[in-house]
Amino acid sequence: MSFVSVRNVWQKYGDRSILERVNVSVDEGEFISIVGASGCGKSTFLRMLLAEETPSKGEISIDGGIPAVEPGIERGVVFQRYSVFPHMTVRGNLLAAEAFGTPLGRLPRNARKAAQDRAQATLDRIGLTHVAEQYPASLSGGMQQRLAIGQALMATPRVLLLDEPFGALDPGTRLQMHDFLMELRDETGMTVFMVTHDLHEGFKLGDRVLVFDKPRWDPVDPNVIGATITYDFDARNQGVPFQDILEKYPMLAAG
Amino acid sequence: MRLINRIPNRPGAVLLAALPFVLLLVAYSVASDIRLTANPSDKLLPAPSTIAATAERLFTEPDRRSKEILLWNDTVASLARLMGGVGISALLSLVIGLAIGLLPYARSLFSSFIAVLSMVPPLALLPILFIVFGLGETSKVVLIVIGITPFMTRDLAQRVLEIPKEQIVKAQTLGASTAVIALRVALPQILPRLISNVRLSLGSAWLFLIAAEAVASNVGLGYRIFLVRRYLAMDVILTYVIWITLLAFIIDWLLKTLSRRAFPWMEAGL
Repeated sequence: MSFVSVRNVWQKYGDRSILERVNVSVDEGEFISIVGASGCGKSTFLRMLLAEETPSKGEISIDGGIPAVEPGIERGVVFQRYSVFPHMTVRGNLLAAEAFGTPLGRLPRNARKAAQDRAQATLDRIGLTHVAEQYPASLSGGMQQRLAIGQALMATPRVLLLDEPFGALDPGTRLQMHDFLMELRDETGMTVFMVTHDLHEGFKLGDRVLVFDKPRWDPVDPNVIGATITYDFDARNQGVPFQDILEKYPMLAAG
Repeated sequence: MRLINRIPNRPGAVLLAALPFVLLLVAYSVASDIRLTANPSDKLLPAPSTIAATAERLFTEPDRRSKEILLWNDTVASLARLMGGVGISALLSLVIGLAIGLLPYARSLFSSFIAVLSMVPPLALLPILFIVFGLGETSKVVLIVIGITPFMTRDLAQRVLEIPKEQIVKAQTLGASTAVIALRVALPQILPRLISNVRLSLGSAWLFLIAAEAVASNVGLGYRIFLVRRYLAMDVILTYVIWITLLAFIIDWLLKTLSRRAFPWMEAGL
């Protein structure tokens, strides 16, 4: 049984088909990159994984659970922008991850100390201790995204969804963020879906790269046919498949 | 150099800022002087010195009959009505604005109603308010509330809707309920806007207050102005007008300072 399973998912806005017949199953701990042209439905797909939208047909489930109807605690998300709360300090943003689950959004007194320790640990991990009392608007784009990822991980989601998380960063910062993300992923073994425009980024970070495109074009009305997953690449071992085939099937060894 | 690129230096800017005030004062003094030379008992444009003397009398000397200083009584009464009306409006607009901005059901229920309500000219309702609520304090406070709440509500609702969807979704993935999103995500972000709304609405609030006091009252700044109009007491009227302006200015400044102190994150990006 796969961890995240997407079964025959369709999405239509009115008469416009966005996605059709999307089937994919993902194991726990896999890093899935999602690429495709603009408007091919990859962000729609991510919004459906997030349960911000429900598919018009088919269903998406995590760990065999019932399909979600609204975003919840089991899904973490980082958007390209606006992922952190501007009216809270960096520390406040991390504490919010702990406090928002309580009925009034405030931690009870006895839980506060433990939460503050965890927030401090996360601050150290994402390297933002020196700006802990500042507001997000005074941070650089890379720092804001590190904060957003740290905040999402504080809530220990089952899957992490990234919507072009590094799209607004400069190339140098982007490379740093790649290393940061890979380290975090090795530490947590989290299942990640990342939508990106950057093919190179997708292959570098992902275990699998899903390509969204329209399988065929209707000559009369381009809106009739939606996009689907047209390629599902194995991106491990620098994107060259079967490098570890001998480990799996030793009998294929020569001699 | 283009005119749009010319910037006055610091003393120049201060001088320019003072210029309109000085010109107004000079123009008034000259006009007043001309009229007083022609007719020393002219009441229309009292000399600045007369106004100053009247002001001193109004602020310090008690009324002969009631033994109370009327100007302070008027100020307290008017400010109480103003604060009451503006306070109720702020609270109402905050609650309804949050509801409209966050809850699709509340949006369907309220938004067109408030759009229509904001088109009703509040002063036209004044007679109805006097009939329904009597001539006491209630009708004056209600006039202010009716006058400024729709505008403030619409603006706050709009501001809540402008909070990026990403933030709302993010809060949900952190496990926040609707109440938590309202209290910890939306409310703190629209409070600065509420204060700036109050600042903008104070002008209208004063207008409604003075209008209501002029029509039916027995104490209040607006009441006094319209009372002494009968005696052509321009010195009293002008003193009151300057006093009201000063009060409005001080309230505005206080709110501005409060906003800057209370919401440091607003300026973090600057």
